[in-house]
This record gives sequence, C-alpha cells and structure tokens, in this order.
Amino acid sequence: MCRIGAIKSKKYIHPSLALKLMRSQQKGHDNSGFAFVMQDLGGIFENYKNLPTLSMACSDAGMKIAEDYLHSLGFVRVFQFTPEVYPDAKLDIKTMPNYVFEVFQYPKTYKNASKEEKEELLVNSRLKLRKLLEEDDEGYVYSFWEDVLTLKEIGNPKDIGTYFNLWGEDVNIRSKIITAQCRQNTNYDIVRYAAHPFFLQGYTTLTNGENTFYEKNKLAQKNLHKAYIGFESDSQCFLYTLHYVHKILKWPLKYFKHVLTPLPYEEIEKRDDKEVLTRIKTSMANLAINGPNTTIGVLPDGTMLSVEDSKKLRPTVVCKHNDMVIITSEVCGANEIMPDRNSNDDIYTNEREIVVVDNDLNIERIPQ
Amino acid sequence: MKLNKIALDDLPWIIEYESDKCMLCGKCVASCSFSAIKVGVQKRKKVRAISNEEGFSIDSDQKAIPVIQQNIDENDYCRGCGICTKVCPNGAIRPVRNKTEIFGTRYRSKTGESVKRGGRTNLHTEGRTLDKIKVGRISQMTDPSLDALRHTFDLRTNLGRVLNPKDIDLEIVNGELQPSKTKSIPPNRSIYPILIGDMSIGALSPRMWEAVAIAVAYLNEVKGIPIRMSTGEGGLPEKLLRSRYLKYMILQIASGHFGWNRIIDSMPYMQEDPAGILIKIGQGAKPGDGGLLMAEKNVKLIQEIRGVPKADLLSPPNHQGLYSIEESVQKMFLSLNCAFKFKVPVAVKVAASATSVSVYNNLLRDPYNIVGGFFLDGIAGGTGAAHEISLNHTGHPIVSKLRDCYLTAVRQGKQGQIPLFAAGGVGMNGNLAADAFKLICLGASGVFIGRLVLQMAGCVGNDFGKCNACNTGRCPMGITTQNPKLAKRLDIDQVAQNIVNYICATDIELKKLLAPVGNSTLPIGRSDALICVDKNVADRLDIQHVC
Repeated sequence: MCRIGAIKSKKYIHPSLALKLMRSQQKGHDNSGFAFVMQDLGGIFENYKNLPTLSMACSDAGMKIAEDYLHSLGFVRVFQFTPEVYPDAKLDIKTMPNYVFEVFQYPKTYKNASKEEKEELLVNSRLKLRKLLEEDDEGYVYSFWEDVLTLKEIGNPKDIGTYFNLWGEDVNIRSKIITAQCRQNTNYDIVRYAAHPFFLQGYTTLTNGENTFYEKNKLAQKNLHKAYIGFESDSQCFLYTLHYVHKILKWPLKYFKHVLTPLPYEEIEKRDDKEVLTRIKTSMANLAINGPNTTIGVLPDGTMLSVEDSKKLRPTVVCKHNDMVIITSEVCGANEIMPDRNSNDDIYTNEREIVVVDNDLNIERIPQ
Repeated sequence: MKLNKIALDDLPWIIEYESDKCMLCGKCVASCSFSAIKVGVQKRKKVRAISNEEGFSIDSDQKAIPVIQQNIDENDYCRGCGICTKVCPNGAIRPVRNKTEIFGTRYRSKTGESVKRGGRTNLHTEGRTLDKIKVGRISQMTDPSLDALRHTFDLRTNLGRVLNPKDIDLEIVNGELQPSKTKSIPPNRSIYPILIGDMSIGALSPRMWEAVAIAVAYLNEVKGIPIRMSTGEGGLPEKLLRSRYLKYMILQIASGHFGWNRIIDSMPYMQEDPAGILIKIGQGAKPGDGGLLMAEKNVKLIQEIRGVPKADLLSPPNHQGLYSIEESVQKMFLSLNCAFKFKVPVAVKVAASATSVSVYNNLLRDPYNIVGGFFLDGIAGGTGAAHEISLNHTGHPIVSKLRDCYLTAVRQGKQGQIPLFAAGGVGMNGNLAADAFKLICLGASGVFIGRLVLQMAGCVGNDFGKCNACNTGRCPMGITTQNPKLAKRLDIDQVAQNIVNYICATDIELKKLLAPVGNSTLPIGRSDALICVDKNVADRLDIQHVC
C-alpha cells in the first residue's frame, strides 16, 4: 500500500518537510523510493515563474540528446541548477548520473504566443523528449512546465534524502506546494516513471490504493489525449481523468468525483440534477473506478483536493494550522510536522465528497 | 416382401416397454403429443407338451394381449421427450436413445425435404470456450473483495447510443453543469444486463408468452431487477401494446416485418414507450436462413397478430430493399426513430459472422448517433424452428466475435458507445451468471437468452437431441405450441415463478462473481479479470494464459 502526502503553505517550504511527513508513515510503505513534485517555486527558481523548468534524470548521452533537441526547437537555457549530491556506498539508492533542473526561455517564435500555444509546445516537447530518451534508456523526463520541479528516485527515502541533502533547510529549493510519496510502484516493475506523484500540464495526482478498473480506464484513456501515455501504474489513470474532466471538458472540479465514482442509479433517480448525472455516468463509464483508493490532486492554479473511492477503503486526513494545510494518508504524518494544531478540526474525507483547499487555505467540503 | 421401408432401429429413439408392469391406463398414449405410441394387440401363444398314456399330447393356449407399441413413421416418431415416462404410474415405459439411428437419411430419402428442428446446435464437437475461461483476478489484501450479500451493487447497463463525453451537450451555469437546450441527445435506458431474447408469440404458446411477460413485470416491479424482454418478430396483442407494461418490451422488427401494422396502428394509443426497438437482420444466429413459423403454428390468433393468412411463415433472410449498412441506418433507424419521436433506443441484431465486425465498424461511424445497440447471436444460438443443417453447421461462436467487435471499438476509442449484447448458447451449461459475467468482462454490455428461458419453464428438450420439436407445434410441455389442448398443460403461474426464481438466483450469482473481483458495478471490458488454460483461446481473446 502507498502512503501519500501533500503540503500547501502560504510561505515557501523545503522538501525536508515532505520527507518528514512521509517518513513518519514508514510502516505503511516499503522504503523502495521517494518522489516529489514542487509547484509554485521559491528559492533560486522564484525569479523564473513564467518560464518552463525541465526536470530530468539521465545519462551523459541523455543530457546531450535533451539539450540538442530543445535547442533545435529554439529553447534557450537561462538557468541551471545541479543539486549537490553526497554519494556513499552505504546509501541504498539507485542513482542516475545526472539530475537536471534547467529553466528555458521560450523559442523566439513564441514571443507573442498564447498560453494554450505555449502549453501545447511544452507537452509536445516533453513527449518527444521522453521518446528520444527511451530509445536507448538514456533518461527520464518527469516534467517540463512553468514553475514546477520534480524528482523521482529508487531507494530508501531516508538515504535518498541524504544523497540529495534534503534533510537540511536549504534555502535554494523551496515552494508553496509539495506533493510526495515514499514508495516505488508495486503493481508493476520498478520504473522511475511509475512513481507518484504523476504530473501533466499543471495537474498532479497521488493515489493510495488499487484501481481495479485499470484495464478499462487505460483502454478508454489512450485515445482521449496524446499525453495520456505510459500507464506504468494503475494510479496514473486518476491523473488523466482529472486532466480530462477539468482541462479538456472544462467541467467544474466537483464533477471529477461524479466521474470517478458515480452514484448508483437508484440515488441518481432521486436527485434534481439526475439528467446531468445520468449523462455523465452513461458516457464516462469507462473512466469510473471500482477499487479501493484515495487520491490527492493539485490543479494548475494551486487548488488542492482530496477524493476517496465510494467504499471508503483508504483513508486521507486533511489538517490545517495557521499558514499550512496537509493532506495525507495517516494522521501520524500530520502529527509529526503539525503537532500543535487542533486535531478536532481534522477532516477525514468521506466516500461521497470532494475536499478542496483554495489558495487562501479555505477548506470546502463539496458533497457529491 | 418389401424390406426397404423405415424400420424401428432407424429411429432416433426406441420405446422400451415392459408389458408386465403396464396396467393399461393409457396415460402415455394420451399424453404423447407426437403420436409416437399407440395401443396395439400382441398375439401370445403358449404350447405345452402333456405326457399321457399314449406318450404325450400338445396343449396350446392362445391370447390377445393389449400392449403399447411404437409408431414407425417419418412424421409420427418418438422425439425422446419422456412425457410417457413422466405420466406412467408404474415406470413401464421410457424412450431410449438409439445410437445407431440413421433417421436423417431415411427422412430425406422418403420426403425429399430438409430435416427441420427446433432448439439449438446439437453437435458438440468441441468443449465450450466459455467453460475454458475462469474468473481469475481474485482480490487480495490491498484490493479487498466484497461481500456479495451485504454490499450494494449497481448492476445496470445501457441500452441506447452512448455519446462521447464531449458530445453530451452540457453547459456550465453558476458552476453547475446543466443540460443544454440546443440539441437533444439519443435515448438511453439503464437496464439489467440480462435480456430475455426475442421469441415471438407465434413461436411460443400464448400462455408461455404471457408467463414470461408476467415474470418480467414482476421482476421489475417487485424485485427491482430492471430486466427487459424482446418480443421477437410478429408483434404483440393489442391489449399489451396499449398497456403500461409496454415499457418492459423491446419491439422487434424482423425481415418479414410481421406484426408491424398492428404496432403502428396502436401507436396513438400507447401509454408508454417501448423499452427499445430491435431490428433483426436475417434469422438471428443463422445467417441466410429465414425464420420459419410452420403452418401448424400459424393459427387464427397468430394470423391476427401478424396480419398474414394461414401458411408457413418464412421471414426472408434479409430486409428486402436494403442495399447497404448506410442505407439501413438511414432508412430503418431514422424512420423508426421518427416514428417514436427519437425517444426509444433502436438497436440491430445480426448473426455472429466474419462480417459482423465490419457492420459494427460501420455503425460506430454512423454520423447520426442513432444506433442504440448491437446484438450478436452466435452459432449455439437457436431458433424455434430451422433447418437442421443450419442449426448444426452455420455461424460463428459468439465469444471471439464479441471480442473482435469490442476490440475494434477500443482501437477507435469508441468502446461502449454502441452497447454490445451477446447471445448464442448463453447459459447452455445451466449457469447463466457465469456465462454472462465472462462475456461482460470480454466487452459485452449485456447478454440475451432464449432457450434457457424455455428450460426455466420446464422444457424437456436438451442440446443432445432430446425433444427439439419446437417446430412441429406439438410441444409436449405446451411451451412452443399453438394447440390449445397442449398449451393448457402449462401452468402460467408456475412458469412465471420459475423464471423469477432463476433470475433472482442469477442475480445473486452475478454478485458472487463480482465480489471476489472487488467490483460493485459491471466489469464491462475487464478482460484482466479472466484467465484461460488454453493458450490458443487466451491469445485469441487477449486474456491471461495460465497453466
């Protein structure tokens, strides 16, 4: 089983906080990896908010492939950050030769391009880059997006933290949103791409659980969008469904829940909005899920959410304190880094609601 | 002496009779609807030698004994239904299968006619594919199984065109989705995934048909199982067409268009829309073989409903005047949708064949979004009456053809948009739930059943040549006959109860299969839940091979 956690803060925070959040839940994961996505970046990236950041782990050859390709498109590198690493034979970590965090200026031809055109360019570039790197297994490109930094690695999270010096309070790497998971993929082979969080066009999801409708979800999603690829994990389907409902169909967020776990027909019949819900349930049946799971998501505007399966077989708790909200699998995580909150205000997401945290850290529970 | 007539050991069934047990009550003869037995007389002579003074003398004793005899005739022959055994108080009579019979040859030689039969395929040359497949994805700790009896399940499927989510025409008003008023969307019904297939009121006795209709209404209104039944070709009695029960009926229009006058005449008086319209292309499972309703069954009542005189009713093998799939979409689908004001799903039923995937492909691309379902009938599917050669030797198995159709939709990202319904031997092994579950995992939105319903009602026929006389109008159980005396044998209430019970049991069994897989809704297309020990089957169906 996975343990997942997300922190949303009004101030810039360091990934060590996410590492501590997850380490306290270590009985629930197998120490096979650690991954995080940081959004709304601070520290040394704060001045580049409108420029795309490439997050990649690769070989030397992969580095050249990536840079050559991005240069051929007209991208110009404006900033590069290479994390200082602390190798030690005793550390349980399967490292890659290079960890790349590079900020690029858009090609000149995109000077007057719209937001949509730029988003299209970034997705296409990442997909092509992934393909190029895959040919000879030269690397992994996790995200190429404005104001986003991603790291995924195989090994013991504690050692990964040590290797990248994430335990300290480095002022260089900071952000207002961090989503993290301490585990590699269990359902399939251990592949860096398979580790949560999953990211696409500003949307992030992490899931604890099993998607028993993975096969039909996958078959339905493959044709919906060019970026719906990989499927190295059954949980990836939740990201694509969130992206499809919110970004492509442009539906309000609460309908994500109606797609994931539609109400039974008998309950729909009693609702005033039964026609809408029936249409959704009918047309999106292939995107529904049926396994036990809970998902934490982040939208491009920073809104964070938590949603559960309809059987409530996996927990999430939403905890708030002053300038910070945590959504995580187990309350011990929140106790670790937010000990002085009023735990009576903790929200245990239920099976028929979606809990939404806005940028002012207001928490709304929207019933399905 | 001429010996080339049909002989007793040419017949498929031979009556075994023990005269010493027989009390000559005559029930067997009276109940044999095939006139396969008759009361006869045997001459018995005993000769004794009696010794005396002259040596010995002969004493003879001659008696005429009444016995039950078997008819040896191409029309009145034993079908092995066993009604005689059922009614005999002493167990003195029974039909025994004659393994060396050559009746088919004799029949053709004598009559110059093709052999006709009711029922479905009787050639079991290989094991059933569905039985080689098991439900193999058993939930474990991390994806816990459910409790079939405690958890709630949402076992509904769609009948009607399902639109791509981008086309369902919703607009956002104050942060809420609302149906847009700019265009209407195709009708869609959420129904139980098991349908009672198209058996016409001419093929069945009115009492049998009534019993099925009662069972369907009861299942819907009392048991909460939204099952639907298709009428088969030939229409419905006017009273039913104008009743509120019409909403449980899928009206069929087949290639003969029989009964549609009456349906159209009743339209202004209909209280409810029918559940759907099913356009049957050709004869169900048997491409190229028109449906047969023998003159024997085309009695006055049926003539009235169908609007045709007393004669053999042969449905043509295709809808006359249809030139192409596109034309069928335009002509039939549009006209039927217009007739019902675009409020009733219109589906099409075809035989599983090499071309059914092409047809399905075409329908998926139908720009009008008007095709509301694709019903596939496989080789083991049956008809109340057909030429034996068609029943036994024509058609494709349902499993791979269904899978082909589903996967072709997957490749286009259109799975589920035209719901697939599969039939053809579904429940042949007696376990409807298992067959339905497996077909649903392979991509069916639902299944439909025919002969199994007859067996629920008490049909004595089986898939090994027993009875199979639905075509003759002499059904000994009163199920497939228009003879009022035979039909009266059928207890309507009992039949309805049997059907209700069987479906309720199936409902529990379906949940018993869903529970270990961890699903509370139908696993349509969840082929990962299935495993198969036969590598060829596994590869062909793209499911997991285990050994």
